[in-house]
Amino acid sequence: MGRKLLLEHIDVPGIETFEVYRREGGYRSVEKALKTMSPQEVVEEVQKSALKGRGGAGFPTGMKWSFLAKPEGIPRYLVCNADESEPGTFKDRYLMEKIPHLLIEGMITSSYALGANTSHIYIRGEYMFVLDILEKAIAEAYEKGFLGKNILGSGYDLDLYVSPGGGAYICGEETALLESLEGKRGNPRMKPPFPAVKGLFGCPTVVNNVESIATVVPIINMGADEYLKIGTEKSSGTKLISASGNLVRPGVYEIELGLSVEEFIYGDEWCRGIANGKKIKACIPGGSSVPILPAHLITKTAAGETRYMSYESLSDGGFASGSMLGSGGFIVFDEDQCIVRNTWNFARFYAHESCGQCSPCREGTGWMEKVLYRLEHGQGNMRDIELLEQINKKIEGNTICPLGDAAAWPVAAAIRHFREEFEWHVTNPQEAQTRNYGLLKVTETL
Amino acid sequence: MVKVTIDDVVIEVEPGTTILNAARQAGGDIVPPAMCYYSKLEGSGGKCRTCLVEVAAGSEKDPRPMPKLVASCSTPVMDGMIVKNKTSERVHENRGAVTEFLLINHPLDCPVCDQAGECKLQDLAFDHGAAKTRYEEPRRKHEPVDIGNTIKLNQDRCILCYRCVYVGNQLCDSRVHGVMHRGEHAEISTYIENSVDNEFSGNMIDVCPVGALTDKTFRFKSRVWFLKPMNASCECTKCAGKAVVWMFGNQIYRVTVRKDEYDEVQMIDGKPAWICNECRYDKKDVSKWTIEEPLKLKRTSVISQGHYDKPNPLNDSTKNLK
Repeated sequence: MGRKLLLEHIDVPGIETFEVYRREGGYRSVEKALKTMSPQEVVEEVQKSALKGRGGAGFPTGMKWSFLAKPEGIPRYLVCNADESEPGTFKDRYLMEKIPHLLIEGMITSSYALGANTSHIYIRGEYMFVLDILEKAIAEAYEKGFLGKNILGSGYDLDLYVSPGGGAYICGEETALLESLEGKRGNPRMKPPFPAVKGLFGCPTVVNNVESIATVVPIINMGADEYLKIGTEKSSGTKLISASGNLVRPGVYEIELGLSVEEFIYGDEWCRGIANGKKIKACIPGGSSVPILPAHLITKTAAGETRYMSYESLSDGGFASGSMLGSGGFIVFDEDQCIVRNTWNFARFYAHESCGQCSPCREGTGWMEKVLYRLEHGQGNMRDIELLEQINKKIEGNTICPLGDAAAWPVAAAIRHFREEFEWHVTNPQEAQTRNYGLLKVTETL
Repeated sequence: MVKVTIDDVVIEVEPGTTILNAARQAGGDIVPPAMCYYSKLEGSGGKCRTCLVEVAAGSEKDPRPMPKLVASCSTPVMDGMIVKNKTSERVHENRGAVTEFLLINHPLDCPVCDQAGECKLQDLAFDHGAAKTRYEEPRRKHEPVDIGNTIKLNQDRCILCYRCVYVGNQLCDSRVHGVMHRGEHAEISTYIENSVDNEFSGNMIDVCPVGALTDKTFRFKSRVWFLKPMNASCECTKCAGKAVVWMFGNQIYRVTVRKDEYDEVQMIDGKPAWICNECRYDKKDVSKWTIEEPLKLKRTSVISQGHYDKPNPLNDSTKNLK
């Protein structure tokens, strides 16, 4: 049984209300931080816990906090990035929908640590119903004196706002998020200056993922030393994984980092294997933008070692034979799925979501989508496969924000590991139009 | 002052200067091309990615190379930084790729485009473009539209450099146009039932690096290389009145701002010499201008080829021809 920190009380009826949440030990971290710790101590505690950002990039949260510029007389902001739009990732929604007070508690503790008196939760436009849940929870927290002026008599003031976005994936990029929050077009900004120096309204800002902020609560409650005991040496703590695809039991799971991938896919407590008794074909372990892994590299690394659900083990072997933990959007494909079609689908997503600001991403994502469309529909040729490889090499690293990389990686990895499938689509154009690769038995048309 | 090396040229610049501006201070051919950056427009740059350079050493203190190519227009120099522009194979490769990206949806209608001859994309394609396109898909198509009574927008040619948006923000009282949609559907457009009509809106035409925004009073009148550009000035209450008039015989075909060697508006008396719409569109009569001197052009410019009565001292070939 894995240890649960975030979802410990998720099944308690009425946990979304303040009373039940408080009864289950909620808001203890706020009391502990505000009454017994200085802001600097909270930052140090988080730094010590080696918490890595749960939004995808895995940048240490404590380090991010320590970069925050603290000029006199200028307000600082904490912004929670709840613009979770990565295909395959739905953990933040689950957290906010089921246990909204955990996020609010994390926001209060983190804002206190950073010295922010105004904090924002930027929520995805499609999560409008979650917005209502959060606003209700915030109203409760205000009523009970955990938000507003002079929280718990400590003299610390905090106002918390929830702002919905318009439903753009790009607004999950921190600078685009800030632009959007300021009421502008959600185009990523040039870096430097980084948000820690010049962020929201030109003031120092920290942008953190929902799960990162929620994880601050158990870290403060149990102390960093205790927290470090959970997980592996390099990846501490627990992580929410949103498993989807051809699994017997897809869903959101909280795992202790360091669980083996095999155990996660086939274990009784977790996903219970591949649905309909099929074989696994591929797996995307961290949301659509990370490289796909073929069957032989999922449970074992290229060196033959067991692969674990952790930052270091999943990225073992680099992009040649590894992937990334990313945001924890664990997508599993069975043998019936067509990788070309899936890659095209992802490329379509990125082409649609590119903000159109910088040329490699604007033109490149659209180009890849069109070439992949042709390949998938049996109108491609062998040249197109090389062309795709070249395009994504030119997008990667040349763009303003990581969306370009995110669009390029899955295509590059799919060609790297499933080249024969792309070639099959070229050599069998008639069949490619009517059925999936590898689906000899199934004859449903696409 | 910080010391920075760009392509083996060592220069000292103020701290906080960007790599591109440092290169421009040194001058010569180490200057990366810039399609979207415009030093007189605050916030511009970083979008086209043509000015990408390789940083071989970050600074004196931290001499590690930067893993990615950086946009030179927005990366400040550090003391001891070593930058590779034209000496870097990677930069050439990626600049070629960016050029290809900019051209895949470009209509390549230079034969009928008014910007031909003074188009930055033409220059870029000449330097870094490929001979043949690899793009087999249909190109984006838009009909040319009027975004004001004097400006025509050809969205097909637009490279979304956002320069005109910054002009709208920074020179005009209120901006009524911007970028709509996203990704490859992004386009310049005006707000509903609005048209660009402001004293200084004409400067959008001058900042546009391609033929997306063209002067309706000049469209299809003449090729720029048949005209003689002359520096001229006039009395104007709204602007400095320093402009370039483009003449054919005694007739003024069009009026533009004076541009420097990087195709940006010149600084006159410490201020960018933007011109007002009255100077640009209404003073098409020689009597309204004091003609000062012929415009000095780069030798490489197609406009420069022997169009003045006196032989161009730079261009010896004219002597031989006569």
